[in-house]
Amino acid sequence: MSIEIFIQQLLNGISLGSLYSLIAIGYTMVYGILALINFAHGDIFMIGAYIAFFAVAIYALPWWLAAILTIILTACVGMLIERVAYRPLRDEPRISLLITAVGVAFFIENLAIVTLGARPKGFPVPAMMATNFDIYGFRISGVSIWVPILTICLLAGLLYIIYRTKIGMAMRAVAKDIEATRLMGVNVDRVIMYTFAIGSGLAAAGGMMWASKYPQIQPLMGMYPGWKAFTAAVVGGIGNITGAMIGGLIIGVVEIMTVAFFPTLSGFRDAFVFAILIIFLLVKPTGLMGEPLKEKV
Amino acid sequence: MKQRTHLLLSIASIVLLVAIIWWADGNLNAYYTRIANTAAIYIVAAVSYNLINGTVGALSLGPNGFMALGGYTIALLMLPVMQKQMVFFLEPLIWPFSEFSLPPSLYLVGLIISGIVAAIGAFLIGWPCLRLKGDYLAIATFGFGEIIFVLANNMLFLTNGALGIKGLPELTNLWWSWGMAAATIFLIKNIVNSSYGRAMRAVRDNEVAAEAMGINVTRIKMLAFVTSGFFGGISGALMVMLISTISPTLFMFTMTFNLLIIVVLGGLGSITGAAVTAVLFSVLQEVLRTVESPLNLGFIQWPGIPGMRMVVFSILLILMMLFYRRGLFGSWEFSWEWLLSKLRRKEVPQCQQQTNK
Amino acid sequence: MRRIILLTVIALSILSMSAIAAEPIKIGVNMEMTGAVAAYGQMGWEGLQVASELIPMEVLGRPIELVLVDNKSDRVEAATATTRLIERDKVVAIIGTMTSGNMLAAGAIAENYKVPMIGPSTTNVLVTQGKKFSFRACFRDDYQGQVAARFAYNELGARTAAVLSDINQDYCVALGKEFVNEFKRLGGRIVAEQYVRTGDQDFSAQLTIVKNANPDVLYVPNYYTENALIAIQAKALGIKAPILSGDGADAPELIAIGKDAVEGLMHTAFWHEKAATNELGKQYVEAYRKKFNKEPNAFGVLAADSLLIVIDAIKRAGSTDPVKIRDAMEATKDLDVFTGKVTIQNGDAIKSVVIREVRNGQFDYLTTVHPD
Repeated sequence: MSIEIFIQQLLNGISLGSLYSLIAIGYTMVYGILALINFAHGDIFMIGAYIAFFAVAIYALPWWLAAILTIILTACVGMLIERVAYRPLRDEPRISLLITAVGVAFFIENLAIVTLGARPKGFPVPAMMATNFDIYGFRISGVSIWVPILTICLLAGLLYIIYRTKIGMAMRAVAKDIEATRLMGVNVDRVIMYTFAIGSGLAAAGGMMWASKYPQIQPLMGMYPGWKAFTAAVVGGIGNITGAMIGGLIIGVVEIMTVAFFPTLSGFRDAFVFAILIIFLLVKPTGLMGEPLKEKV
Repeated sequence: MKQRTHLLLSIASIVLLVAIIWWADGNLNAYYTRIANTAAIYIVAAVSYNLINGTVGALSLGPNGFMALGGYTIALLMLPVMQKQMVFFLEPLIWPFSEFSLPPSLYLVGLIISGIVAAIGAFLIGWPCLRLKGDYLAIATFGFGEIIFVLANNMLFLTNGALGIKGLPELTNLWWSWGMAAATIFLIKNIVNSSYGRAMRAVRDNEVAAEAMGINVTRIKMLAFVTSGFFGGISGALMVMLISTISPTLFMFTMTFNLLIIVVLGGLGSITGAAVTAVLFSVLQEVLRTVESPLNLGFIQWPGIPGMRMVVFSILLILMMLFYRRGLFGSWEFSWEWLLSKLRRKEVPQCQQQTNK
Repeated sequence: MRRIILLTVIALSILSMSAIAAEPIKIGVNMEMTGAVAAYGQMGWEGLQVASELIPMEVLGRPIELVLVDNKSDRVEAATATTRLIERDKVVAIIGTMTSGNMLAAGAIAENYKVPMIGPSTTNVLVTQGKKFSFRACFRDDYQGQVAARFAYNELGARTAAVLSDINQDYCVALGKEFVNEFKRLGGRIVAEQYVRTGDQDFSAQLTIVKNANPDVLYVPNYYTENALIAIQAKALGIKAPILSGDGADAPELIAIGKDAVEGLMHTAFWHEKAATNELGKQYVEAYRKKFNKEPNAFGVLAADSLLIVIDAIKRAGSTDPVKIRDAMEATKDLDVFTGKVTIQNGDAIKSVVIREVRNGQFDYLTTVHPD
């Protein structure tokens, strides 16, 4: 492999990975605070893409307005899911919560198939995302430049919220110990609701960016990106936001590089990702940056 | 005395089952036979899946992987050599499978080998993964199921990839499916009631306490996992030999989802529950077709919404988890004692519901 | 008084008419209405709806009723659905399934019952192989792959080719292999053979390898969902080679999603409305546009073809006995259907291949390759 090809593939990997990062941040945030694997995260991501699609393609809203609307509406969907399906089970065994999450994911996917149809729709890509750049002979799509910038901005914003605001402090407290936080007079339900709102808003942002890069939306579009983002979150240390960002980049680059270095194994691409997931769970279950798990007796 | 009564009752029920199958084999039309076969296969799959999810309380999301392993094994064993040359036209099947096939008379051997292959798969994935706790185990087993799917698609020399394998002899009939269902229930019930089974429940109720009591948690989990894999493999094999073809899509995550609904609906940990709801589910799946097909009652016109079934199932699962977590049967098990005392109109003491000695 | 008599006569005649109105002849429709490939089932069903409005829905003096069952894009369900159609609904023939994988499972059942089944778009070679009661209304993958290879080699003058196919779809894998074999036989060279999987949306790694290999033509024998994204990403990476695809590319979504990136994409197809020389085809195009307010697709028209083939067979058989219908279907010769003329041989439809090109956001007609 020549150095040019290698760099091109590296760029491909980073551009894919930064999208994973964007989705993984929301994933990991919900997990970090609630210790819940929100299986439906990928499907919330899909909902975000669809809302944006309807706002722009059907109701012809300008992009900036559509984006804000999408994030708000998707956040509402997230809060609704939390309120209806997850909150009643908060004090139940984890397995119940996990099964419910699987149920929610299936519900959203199939409801979308029934109401929106299974056929893919073309996503109206905003103009600034659509242009392709030629830099020293390497091809980079416009989205690939905007996504990392957006991801870093969101990351900074998120870190600010979590470490510098009151609600963020409450979130960290909930993550440490729900009961103690409640005793301190914090409205835990509200904190968790905000967590879901932010997580889902991030998923919506991810959905819009993803659909701008791969302008095709369909009800099952969130499944694999969701899983890969989850893998990224695990690799980065689930619950750790900066870790999720790094994990996303690693997964993206590894995925591309397996194909680049082993062209004959391109069909196995996803198997590699899941193998990495399992290996990380085994060898370093806390990921690259996660805190060690404390077992409660 | 008591034991003899129970033995007699067990023998009587087996005779009854044989009589019913004998009758059904001749009298049911193919449509109902197919549903009955599917129901029995779901029993095998659900009862074995329940051993991990219900009895041990570890969420595994990879039973579809075990079923796929079993399914491909039986397909490679039973497909006639002539068919093998015809089907594998993209890439030839590798030796030794290309050279031999088991005659239909050795179906049982094939089933057991399929179970063993799936059990080995379960061991290989369980050996590292069972040390993981809770959610992480679920994710790892999901990953395993996905990897099996990717491998099945890519290893054309073994699986024929997405084209799948066709032309398998249709060996699964009511005798095989219900016989296997009965055997699975019997064996798993015995495991659950043994000291191993008690250890499994101890692990479910409190892992740390169980470990403190001297139970080797990982080993107990492994036992459940491998057993579950074995029967899962057999159920996959039965299914493949029922529909006479296999391809990777047959055992996708939807299969796991179906099994999850069955065990949750039946009551996590209840063999009776898993078995009864497996039958219910197979029937319900057919009945719910009506919500998808258009209906004209003269005054009401229901256009029929394709895909509604999966929506109904997922709502059902969520509602069960929210409001009726015990499921239909909770942790209750059917036992002869219960039946006898019901007949004698006596109350059953609570503690007897669990054990069945 | 007179009015009462008149009313009685009318009432009686209505009653007697409904008594005479014979039992309908039921034709089963086994389609992928939901699940992974729901789009094909839905397109097929649309085609059948249009067809049933265009042609008289009666044969042998009895009305025809279509009984739709969803197989959820799943093999087990496809088999169960077939059993149900035959056992419970007593259908005399079945249209569907749309995809080969499901047809393999469903066809085995139909074979046991001796009820003919016709897959509108099941191009996989195995579908009719060794089966008496499985038919198809389209050409086979091997033929389509060969035509594509010859077109690439002879018409496009390509000497090197890269293939990027979807490993999860039997159709794509088989078509890709046929292309490779024929292209090599002609003396061409395959410089890259890469795989993607259904549901993948990022193909940049595979396409970078393709770009590096610099082929004369890129063959993508996949469904339109993947093809549209491949075209977009190929353009983004600056791949200049023309893209050639199979019938799976045939859907308006390819253009809606791919936009200018799919301009110039060529593909082998079952049908093009400009190649629709007969009256039936023109009527279909018009009726479809009117009913669904969009451009027709090949999957729908093939399902409609299947219906015509079945009805014609029932007519010629003069009976509703499925075995006789099967024999009549096998004897179909130069039948006028929506896509032109069709002859059936060993269960396979002998049809010409149309090559189309995306031009100005439309599938345009390029040429027709007739069967040799």
